[in-house]
Amino acid sequence: MAHEHAEVASPDHVHEHPTWKEYKWVAFILTVITVLEVWAYYVPSLVNSKLFVPLLLIMSATKFAIVVMFYMHLKYDHRLFRALFTGPLTIAIVTLISLLFLFAKFSTAP
Amino acid sequence: MAATAVESHAHGHHYTSTGLDNRKVAIWAFIGSECMLFASLISTYLIYKGRSIVGPLPHEAWTDPTTGMVMKPILNIPVTSMSTFVLLMSSLAMVMALAAVEMRGRPLPPDAGRGYRLFHRSSKFWLLMTCLMGAIFLGFQAFEFTSFVHEGLTIRRNLFGSTFFTLTGFHGAHVTAGVIWLGTLLAIDIRRGLQPKDALLVDIAALYWHFVDVVWIAIFTLIYLIR
Repeated sequence: MAHEHAEVASPDHVHEHPTWKEYKWVAFILTVITVLEVWAYYVPSLVNSKLFVPLLLIMSATKFAIVVMFYMHLKYDHRLFRALFTGPLTIAIVTLISLLFLFAKFSTAP
Repeated sequence: MAATAVESHAHGHHYTSTGLDNRKVAIWAFIGSECMLFASLISTYLIYKGRSIVGPLPHEAWTDPTTGMVMKPILNIPVTSMSTFVLLMSSLAMVMALAAVEMRGRPLPPDAGRGYRLFHRSSKFWLLMTCLMGAIFLGFQAFEFTSFVHEGLTIRRNLFGSTFFTLTGFHGAHVTAGVIWLGTLLAIDIRRGLQPKDALLVDIAALYWHFVDVVWIAIFTLIYLIR
């Protein structure tokens, strides 16, 4: 039963969604990453290190990508959907970083 | 092509010249625009982070110079971690609901028992679970907002309060809309039963729900965990 696939027909092609087993593994991995994030928050040596923020951002980005690829099926879906999502997302991220630079969040000046 | 369009319209589909259903194209375009909305709210929070003149503050204690009263860090990480877990699990329930609708009517595997029917084929069960978990998340948020107000943090108190309540409030409003949307799908499922031909309706709601989940993934890290 774990090998049961959901095949979705569209006018020009048929594609497969992840299996039950894959969905459960995805949920498990998301839970583990969340536990690691919260654990990192309570380790003072890690919080005070320069690795803390990049580590959390990497873990968060991984969770984000996993949900989008597997739960939102973007990995399996038409490339137009991928473009409709990643295009605005890229603009949003670039805008966010630009605004942080503009308002001197990353500035070393006093 | 016109004949194809008429034929597909007669079957309730709305395929475009790309061969894709225009409702699905629309939801992805909507999600793209929502990315920019939440990026603007998160940017505002991050720009004003650490610039509050008065407390309470998210990660640091603050002493009121006029009264000498000490205000402890206001964010409650254990409670928010639990609500984050609930929202993540609601996404699992949502994909199970969609898969159950898509698989309806197909022959069961030979070893399928009662548990299989309940857990892998009941879209009602999974839609109900998703709604419930969404409602639990909202309950956590209501608890958090209430406790913050009791501790002296309101939307007008400082820059942290303004940006925090605006960002998480917008997200909470999206979750509320999602719960109502899923509730209507559940009502349809109970009334007439969602069939594989209705899978797109569930798929569109699922995409919205997962988007609400990924936004929370970003908020949880950027607002709650990064000091």
